[in-house]
Amino acid sequence: MYEPVTRGSGRTGWSPGFLVKLALIALVDALGVYAVLAAWGAGSWGVLAAMVALLLVANWAYFSKRALPLKYILPGLAFLLVYQVYVVAYTGYVAFTNYGDGHNSTKEQAIEALLVQNERRVEGSPSSPLTVVADGGTLGFAVVSPDGVVEAGTADRPLATVDGATVEGGRVTALPGYDVLEYTAVLERQQEVTALRVPVSDDPNEGSVRTQDARTGYVFTSTLEYDPASDTMTDTVTGTAYTPDDDGQFEAADGSTLPVGWRVLVGFDNFVTAFGDDRYAGPFGKILLWTFAFAVLSVASTFLLGLFLAIAFNDARLRGRRVYRTLVILPYAIPGFLAALLWSGMLNRSYGFVNEVLLGGASVPWLTDPLLAKLAVLGVNLWLGFPYMFLICTGALQSLPTDVLEAAKIDGAGRWRTWRSITLPLLLVATAPLLISSFAFNFNNFTLIYMLTGGGPRFGDASVPLGHTDILISMVYSVSGLDGTAAKNYGLASALSIVIFVVVATISALAFRRTRSLEEIA
Amino acid sequence: MRPARWFSEIGWRHLVGVLAVVYAGFPLVYVVSASLADGGTLTGSNDLFASVSGANYTALAGTRFWTWMANTLVVAVATGAGTVLMGAAAAYAFSRFRFSGRRVGLTALLVIQMFPQMLAFVAIFLLLISLGNVVPGLGLDSKLALICVYLGGALGVNTFLMYGFFNTVPREIDEAAKIDGATHAQIYWTIVLRLTAPILAVVGLLSFISTFGEFIIARVLLQSEESWTLAVGLYGWVSSLQDANWGLFTAGAVVSAVPVLALFLFLQKYIVGGLTAGSVKG
Repeated sequence: MYEPVTRGSGRTGWSPGFLVKLALIALVDALGVYAVLAAWGAGSWGVLAAMVALLLVANWAYFSKRALPLKYILPGLAFLLVYQVYVVAYTGYVAFTNYGDGHNSTKEQAIEALLVQNERRVEGSPSSPLTVVADGGTLGFAVVSPDGVVEAGTADRPLATVDGATVEGGRVTALPGYDVLEYTAVLERQQEVTALRVPVSDDPNEGSVRTQDARTGYVFTSTLEYDPASDTMTDTVTGTAYTPDDDGQFEAADGSTLPVGWRVLVGFDNFVTAFGDDRYAGPFGKILLWTFAFAVLSVASTFLLGLFLAIAFNDARLRGRRVYRTLVILPYAIPGFLAALLWSGMLNRSYGFVNEVLLGGASVPWLTDPLLAKLAVLGVNLWLGFPYMFLICTGALQSLPTDVLEAAKIDGAGRWRTWRSITLPLLLVATAPLLISSFAFNFNNFTLIYMLTGGGPRFGDASVPLGHTDILISMVYSVSGLDGTAAKNYGLASALSIVIFVVVATISALAFRRTRSLEEIA
Repeated sequence: MRPARWFSEIGWRHLVGVLAVVYAGFPLVYVVSASLADGGTLTGSNDLFASVSGANYTALAGTRFWTWMANTLVVAVATGAGTVLMGAAAAYAFSRFRFSGRRVGLTALLVIQMFPQMLAFVAIFLLLISLGNVVPGLGLDSKLALICVYLGGALGVNTFLMYGFFNTVPREIDEAAKIDGATHAQIYWTIVLRLTAPILAVVGLLSFISTFGEFIIARVLLQSEESWTLAVGLYGWVSSLQDANWGLFTAGAVVSAVPVLALFLFLQKYIVGGLTAGSVKG
């Protein structure tokens, strides 16, 4: 019978295998402990907890006698959990937030950023003699306060009193724990020095010390003032009070908002934007339709051509069919991104091979006319995809049961009748699951679209960077803003990812159910 | 055979064959010709084999092409090997052991693999920002991190393919070995892995090929030019200054297609077998 789960690894003493295992686990533990300590240092509690959990499970799995299957599953499972399950779940979470430009972080960080961004030199504030110091590679300031106390700090460390400093001419010249920067060194790092702000204290409301000339420090405080008790941000110049709203921003009574917000859950807002917002709903509808059309037509065209070729070459009397077969599947052996880039050059309007040579100097706008671009995408995908269909159709044709075909012949069925009633249904049963996978693959065929047309030609409305050949996944990419052409909107992008997932999963589930009924009929 | 009958039975197949070969092959002939052309521009590449020189190939040395090639090979080989090792181990466990959670595990894998990893690229990007704050080697712009991300997709896609194949290896072989005193590890490494070598080759190859051409995740994660893969780098060449870079791109395309093409042609038999067993390119 099968190996019982409780059986141990069967090792006897210190066998070589056990030593290898010990060494590997020791390595994993060492790296893991390093990561745990680093996470502690960086204050990333989520990473810390995950690492500790993984380490505990790993050590338990490989030293316990009760975890045999886990020994084999754990390595893959660990990667799966972190880089697939977690990111999918996180996508689901982000889809319900307004994460993106202007809503990048937590509320505390947003408040701090707002205070820092709005810091101005306080009119008439005292200047204090300042010395640029360095702690390792980190720059800092040392200032002498009017009552003679020496304080020092860096960007991350607020000013604190330092004892034992040497003060000459009212200025710090030596400081325990810091190196005083020479004049030339200050010049070299001039930009860093003028950009540096050393917080006065942990409370961002108290402002910071900055300098323009590396000799005099001024206290800068924010024109905004945050009051934690009432949770309001007040502009000290105009007196406007801003309160947090539901969208993760500080909003004034007149509806104006402060530029830095924070992440909040926004419910179904992203989905409403995709389906209802004027800017997105129109393109989204067109793109959704085109995605379906592209995926269905791609599967259909490649399948038909592949099937036709498979039939044509499926005759033992055909000489050289091995050569034909090998040459015909060459496009399949070319990495898809190379083929798409190659075709994008060949279809170039003015200089491309297709227009210049094949069409004798025509100037057909293959990639820039909405309709032609769609045809071009389909055409290139046909070239890329038919060898795959050819391969699977050849395989399916060759494994058809000959007895059924013979029986049909004896019953007097003609070639066409045999083909329609026996060969085709059997072929469809054999290839249907692969056609579904092919549909799912093409539904997300980002590489082809992005490399061939980049989604273009653009829609008339230029406010969103989307075009006539964009499919959903390339729309997600544009909307996410990770290519730098548009403002980042992780929330909307994730919501669109979820939509794609739902569409593909539903269609796959339905189609697999139908193929099962197809099998029963056949 | 009379000519008319010959044509209706065999001849048309040759006609179709020649047309299909021309259709499949002319872009490949074109790219080879363009890579050998002197000028290195799109316009200058249209007369097939008008000039033959290795200028474009030597010019590759002056670019980051070979760095990208090395990056791509490192990432693709590591991912392929890791995928095979982890996928085979998991398939072995699911195929040979009976444990609580086995059915749930298999079903979960089936569901998880419906969500392609590339759909979650935003979340992957955000995750790597957080990880990079802790361990820079696992953050953005790191090949190691990219490999880890790809390995995250290893189990979902391939375990089923392997699981089915592992089930076809008779259990009696394991049991005989066990009676002879072999441990489960010995059975796995010395018996099961040898008997399942064909499917391991298929999974490793398909994983290598799809990693080789993966674009969106690599594009999002790898930010400095030195760490780019071929897909990201060559895209950059073509999308910027298309006409001027054409010679470089075609030469690069020929060079980078060679490893995949060679693997594919040598191991065609295995790959075709793996395809019909239910795996897809990509």
